[in-house]
Amino acid sequence: MSVKNRLVALAAVTVTVLGVAACGSDDGTSEDTGAKPDKLVVETFGEFGYDELVKQYEKDTGIKVELHKTAQLNEYRPKIVRSLATGKGVADVVALEEGILNEFKTNPANWADLTPLVKDHSTEYLPWKWELGKASDGRLMGLPTDVGSLAVCYRSDLFKAAKLPTARDEVTALWPDWNAFIETGKKYRAATGKGMLDSVTTAASAITMQVGGDIFYDADDNIVADKSPAVKQAWDTSLKMVDANITAKTATWSPEWSAGFKQGTFAATFCPSWMLGIVQDNSGAENKGKWDVAGVPGGSGNWGGSWLGVPERGKHKAEAAKLAEYLTSASSQVAAFKLKGPLPTNLEALKNPDFQSYTNPYFSDAPTGKIFGGSVEGIKPIHLGPKHQAVKEQAMEPALRAYENGEATAAAAWEQFIKDAATQGAF
Amino acid sequence: MALATPARPAPPEPARAPRHRTNGSAKRARWDMKFSPYLYIAPFFIVFGVFGLYPMLKTAWMSLHDWDMIGEHTFIGFDNYAELLKDEYFWNAVVNTLGIFVVATVPQLILALFFANLLNRTHLRSRTLFRMAIFVPNITSVAAVAIVFAMLFQRDFGLINWLLSLVGINPVDWDSERWSSWTAIAFMVDWRWTGYNALILLAGMQAIPRDLYEAAALDGANQWRQFWRITLPMLTPTFVFVVVLSTIGGLQLFTEPLIFGNGNMRGGTQREFQTLAMYMYEKGINSLNTAGYGAAIAWALFVLIGIVAAINLALVRRSVK
Repeated sequence: MSVKNRLVALAAVTVTVLGVAACGSDDGTSEDTGAKPDKLVVETFGEFGYDELVKQYEKDTGIKVELHKTAQLNEYRPKIVRSLATGKGVADVVALEEGILNEFKTNPANWADLTPLVKDHSTEYLPWKWELGKASDGRLMGLPTDVGSLAVCYRSDLFKAAKLPTARDEVTALWPDWNAFIETGKKYRAATGKGMLDSVTTAASAITMQVGGDIFYDADDNIVADKSPAVKQAWDTSLKMVDANITAKTATWSPEWSAGFKQGTFAATFCPSWMLGIVQDNSGAENKGKWDVAGVPGGSGNWGGSWLGVPERGKHKAEAAKLAEYLTSASSQVAAFKLKGPLPTNLEALKNPDFQSYTNPYFSDAPTGKIFGGSVEGIKPIHLGPKHQAVKEQAMEPALRAYENGEATAAAAWEQFIKDAATQGAF
Repeated sequence: MALATPARPAPPEPARAPRHRTNGSAKRARWDMKFSPYLYIAPFFIVFGVFGLYPMLKTAWMSLHDWDMIGEHTFIGFDNYAELLKDEYFWNAVVNTLGIFVVATVPQLILALFFANLLNRTHLRSRTLFRMAIFVPNITSVAAVAIVFAMLFQRDFGLINWLLSLVGINPVDWDSERWSSWTAIAFMVDWRWTGYNALILLAGMQAIPRDLYEAAALDGANQWRQFWRITLPMLTPTFVFVVVLSTIGGLQLFTEPLIFGNGNMRGGTQREFQTLAMYMYEKGINSLNTAGYGAAIAWALFVLIGIVAAINLALVRRSVK
């Protein structure tokens, strides 16, 4: 066979291959036919408390709902990004956490505008929460689910063993401010030889959210991590906690951390409302009644909270939007709160007596409805920049943990944090 | 004499396709001869093209762009590569990758040689059982292996620290320092791949003619001497193959360090065990807007594997000769 023929054959094979490959990379867009779908897929992370609601929805509509849960946000985010980028495995309803919502807002076209798909609910939610669900081009990217609000989850049995007060009001009174919190931690260490707080990073998150204002970004989305008062305050207090040796040095979300809830490696962690479900799941049924909820040092703040969005590439956008509407309705928010703790943002849900009088049996019957609900209307919106979550998880927390583990001096840790914050923030 | 030889009969006409047959089938036969071979080998090339060549070319194309996964793509030429050479974290990942590779691969190959030699003994009982047993670690899921080992090496509740505490050694925070994290990861890699390499080496050993050993034994060479003078030199081609394979696998190390570090792409608070593959994922997938930079890292990794494989090849060839 001549060289020319070989080349022709090779070219033919190559063309076939590229053709096949090109078909493979074709996106999965298909027209919204309006026909009733057999199944809708909902993607959430952590604990949204949708298990029962979804069953009810299936019963009412005859549409099957597949609930995909991812434990950690840092595994969840790449999954969503991959589906948006490739068009493969796009869920119908996607939970958007406040940290990653801002990142998705920079390319809002990936998300369906919900305004024409659902009724006008704009006055039914906390006004700022509703506004944050909108992208810069005005489209409604998500319907509000929950909001953070802050508290401290603590183990009353371990506090008792350390000869500290155990009743929730007395515990709250132990730490009017952060210095008092550190002093309590020192007493706990002296009595038990253990760290009271799980990790320095949970305190840092709580403080940045509590101080508020600009955190890692200013209003124009310039990175200001090196000069923001919230960061400065969180950093300094965190370093003080490490120096006072009041933490158990368990990295948040690590296996040691999850096991630590059950084993009593530490006695306290910062609890936004949504964290209650996670504490409960990690601690297991055998620790029911040992956990309780107290107030945070230095007043409340907001940490976390989400929206439900519908990807533009979803196949059943109209039905998906209706499902999101159902999951974020007043009664659904109360039901989810009772099951796993996410705090309602729907004004009617917040006024609901069922919500307000709710006591959480797992947490020693703590009146969580009152504790979290009482402060929710006072929460001020915080502007989080496009890469807030990445800066928090990939820059600030590793640097703090490096200091906590004795791997870096305070100066080296700060330098690492600022350098990483700048590269994460390059947008 | 030559003249006396009777003239040879004329050679028969070459067997040609008779002209009177229909034109179509002749054409078909010709096409068949020409193109069928390509058709037979096409599946490999199609699969390679879809899963090998196309991603490679696409990656190269991406690496020349400022590429946002869910947004804009801007052509920037070789800027990503220029940036890469100045990137401290890139070089940190290179050092980690090569470091873990050496820490894991050297003992692994020595162990594999040892096991292969052991299994090659003619008088070993139930050889097949042992040969199967040594392969078992390799067929377990890499994620399962990594999860189990990550638990063994846990700081608070890990078995290794418990064992160390029995002999009075303080618990080690395995993932907070270079030496300790590299050791833990090397354990995972070796557990999984030693048996695999041992089997390939064993296959190479089986191909060495027995009479060489018999002759050596007659000359009074002991087992150890036989191993050095016969087994190793004769094993060179297989050994080179194993080394190249380990290089490719070792430099692409990803799952073990990732799970060891709780799924965080940084690989420790100070990036103590972040490999190149992890850095590529961090830049290429985790931060949406630097996919082009991630692609450049992928190509750098490709080049690095080529260089290290070539060096290993040269070293192994020379030392075993």
